[in-house]
Amino acid sequence: MNERTPEQEPAPRESGRLDPSAPVSSGAGGAFDAFHPPQRELIDDCVHCGFCLPACPTYELWGEEMDSPRGRIHLMETGLDGEPLSESMVEHFDNCLGCMACVTACPSGVRYGPLINRTRAQVERNHRRELGQRLLRRLIFGLFPHPRRLRALRGPLALYQRSGLSELLRRTGLTDGLPASLRTMEELVPPVRSAPRIPERVPARGERRAVVGMLTGCVQHAFFPEVNTATARVLASEGCEVLVPRGQGCCGALSEHTGREREAVAFAKRVVDTFTTAGVDYVVVNSAGCGSTLKEYARLLADEGEYATAAASLAERVRDVAELVAELGPVAERHRLELTVAYHDACHLSHGQGIRSQPRELLRSVPGLEVREIERGEICCGSAGVYNLLRPEPAAELGELKAGNVRATGAELLVTANPGCAMQIGAALRRRGERMPVAHTVQVLDAAVRGLPAETLLGRRAPAES
Amino acid sequence: MESGALTPPARQEPRGDLDGCTARLRELLGRESVITDRQRVRTYECDGLASHRTVPAVVVLPENAEQVRAVVATCSAHGVPFVARGSGTGLSAGALPRSDGVLVVTSRMRRILELDVANERAVVEPGVVNLDVTRAAQPYGYYFAPDPSSQQVCSVGGNVAENSGGAHCLKHGFTVNHVLAVSVVTPDGQEVELGGHAREAPGYDLLGAFVGSEGTLGVVTSITVRLLRVPESVRTLLAGFPTTDDAGAAVSAIIAAGITPAAVEMMDALSISAAEQAVRCDYPEGAGAVLIVELDGPHAEVEHTFTEVSEHCVAHGAFEIRTAADERERALIWKGRKSAFAAVGRISRDYIVQDGVIPRTALPEVLRRIAELSASSGVRVANVFHAGDGNLHPLVLFDGSDPGETERAEEVSGAILDLCVEHGGSITGEHGVGADKVRYMGRMFTPEDLDTMQSLRCAFDPEGLCNPGKVFPTPRLCGETPGRRRGVHPLTEAGLAEQF
Repeated sequence: MNERTPEQEPAPRESGRLDPSAPVSSGAGGAFDAFHPPQRELIDDCVHCGFCLPACPTYELWGEEMDSPRGRIHLMETGLDGEPLSESMVEHFDNCLGCMACVTACPSGVRYGPLINRTRAQVERNHRRELGQRLLRRLIFGLFPHPRRLRALRGPLALYQRSGLSELLRRTGLTDGLPASLRTMEELVPPVRSAPRIPERVPARGERRAVVGMLTGCVQHAFFPEVNTATARVLASEGCEVLVPRGQGCCGALSEHTGREREAVAFAKRVVDTFTTAGVDYVVVNSAGCGSTLKEYARLLADEGEYATAAASLAERVRDVAELVAELGPVAERHRLELTVAYHDACHLSHGQGIRSQPRELLRSVPGLEVREIERGEICCGSAGVYNLLRPEPAAELGELKAGNVRATGAELLVTANPGCAMQIGAALRRRGERMPVAHTVQVLDAAVRGLPAETLLGRRAPAES
Repeated sequence: MESGALTPPARQEPRGDLDGCTARLRELLGRESVITDRQRVRTYECDGLASHRTVPAVVVLPENAEQVRAVVATCSAHGVPFVARGSGTGLSAGALPRSDGVLVVTSRMRRILELDVANERAVVEPGVVNLDVTRAAQPYGYYFAPDPSSQQVCSVGGNVAENSGGAHCLKHGFTVNHVLAVSVVTPDGQEVELGGHAREAPGYDLLGAFVGSEGTLGVVTSITVRLLRVPESVRTLLAGFPTTDDAGAAVSAIIAAGITPAAVEMMDALSISAAEQAVRCDYPEGAGAVLIVELDGPHAEVEHTFTEVSEHCVAHGAFEIRTAADERERALIWKGRKSAFAAVGRISRDYIVQDGVIPRTALPEVLRRIAELSASSGVRVANVFHAGDGNLHPLVLFDGSDPGETERAEEVSGAILDLCVEHGGSITGEHGVGADKVRYMGRMFTPEDLDTMQSLRCAFDPEGLCNPGKVFPTPRLCGETPGRRRGVHPLTEAGLAEQF
């Protein structure tokens, strides 16, 4: 404990804010150091009523108080009161998916998000994990927040998949020998498709109603490039001039949700710079996890001098793509799509950003399209950023539960607004020996606007890119 | 989290052979289900009433009835006290653990074992969440009637222990009216069945005695509940009144007219403002009180009485009446009421949820006296109540970090209970006595009353191992088995207990 590990010295560092030479244990006492311990006043908001219990995915799995939001807040409190940051305490914090379903369920308005983020940062600083976990984290964070490295993987991956080697290895059970996390990573990767690079500026169709900057994301950019092109097309059809600044990098969501605060801050600064320079009315995000982090930039960069103001100003202009289209009011004509879809709420869209009705209404506005609700829809699918790589077993169990409930809808297509969920549920369905096409909300809108047949979304025919 | 221990964490003198008991529990249930790690067991140190805290020595998470039986038998054999806990939402510290004992948590026992729609019943494990019974029965047109505000979280086992009510117990009764049978592990580790599938059984009503016994007579392992048919029609009305007196008069008029609504709930201005902040329930602006009246039954009857209820409300000063047009609007009306307790956390750092009963007709008088108490002590009191049956839930607000405030709040809270008793009511309507109201039992019952009740308890739990320290102010020991102990019992000697 209280040792710093080299891989926690991440990417670029600018300010001296998180000074590694700062005293580690101090007045905060117990489990946490003095720098940003979980806030006592937020903990005090919890009245211990337990309304969060049934909303929590890990409580659903294990039925244990210490793996419920109420229990974790209790652990934070005892940590502030002097209990050390023990293996067991860390385990329960690590078990949290960060899905924020508890925030939706809480009648007392407890802000669990900042509490768990601060706690995770404390864990990363003050707890030394076992070697395997450290290596795994180094691998993940050396790869995922770097769109170029992820993209570079696409070629070999596509070859691996197309050669049949992937299927062969799975069938022969050779991949079973891999550590669970690596096997999960292998399973998750969707079939690699190619999509043309989006130009830096896409003009609005018809009257220009807004100038929007688009975040292309890391996983979205590497594995779902067609979602980005669909986003740009839909926005343009709805009268937005779309700017896609180059070199925007990672937004820092994965890092922040895993307690790698300094890394997250550095990434966030680059995004703030990029979009502030671009001079846009809105920043549009099509990945729920990224969107919720961008909206929290004011808090993330609060201590970062001149960045604080810029971050706050940017955060106010961040919109999820469905949120923005609903806010502007759709104008582009929707063609008929004979299709039943199951809409899956990505946690960081529904619980994180409170966006539930907009995507449903946009989908329902497509003639011929029927939206079906997924039973126990508020429970996380287990993706949760890189949770399914760090904690593959519970993630897989949650994936099974979700896949079952998705299947029970009898819908033809699964629609969701987060690349992580798409991969996680897709993989869980494949493990059940089932295939169900998955699309982003914006891809459905794109098809409706362009008058493409439903088969395009169902994968029966390769989508024709325009 | 409610801070400031109102009572110092009790550190009990260890009873029995805890180490031997723990070792045996590990053998029986496996290491995974027997928790002793200090930080982990600490998360169980309190239930929904966080002002009472005691860290349990051991927490066990049994997965089926057989494991519960084994746990209880092991505790009994080693003389170790045990406490059962469901979802931990109780508001009287009824599931407050023992530092020298085992906490038996039923949260992994959440299977619905049988859904017998034709006979209008379901058999569930104790950890099943109240609302999940209704969710399972709803596709067949049935539901489980007891609906405590915490119904989305609280367990049916906990409902049985507390004889939970809820907004709709005015018409449909408490949990005791909806339980047909329970399987129970008695404190000596035997599994027995109380009640039966028949609606009426000869002999003593042991089921009736068990429901509401607050975990002092045994641990329930399965519950046969009654299912009710979903009423043909439900109408929900929200009325805004200038004052609680006006709303109270409207309630009296409704009942006097021979109407039995499914529910009549009242909230005062302070609790309305808390609920508004928490869930934006959009109650009538400027209301000094709101009434929620719900009617259920055959369509024609409901429509007829609904008009009557509206007229009574208007006649007693309601300035705005809204009716729920659909299920969504109904849910929104109820959301404000059902989240009121927790919502008060938004307007006050700490608070006590009080639970008392008065005759409905005493409502205006008691509310006035509560207002006077509040004014003279400077302690704010928000009021939420099941107005139909006179069950008050005053919420006493305070800031535990302010010296003396906790004590003042405690005083006001206790004085409210005195008011209830003075007016012929009760110190608890549905939250139970638990550890919290032990000190008030003497205000309502004579020592002889309490002795009589303890005789019943002793019949089930002669060794005093099953949730000891709850309900009764002075633990009594039941006639001891000859030869097992010699001389004066140490508890008697210490002046902590008397012997029958």
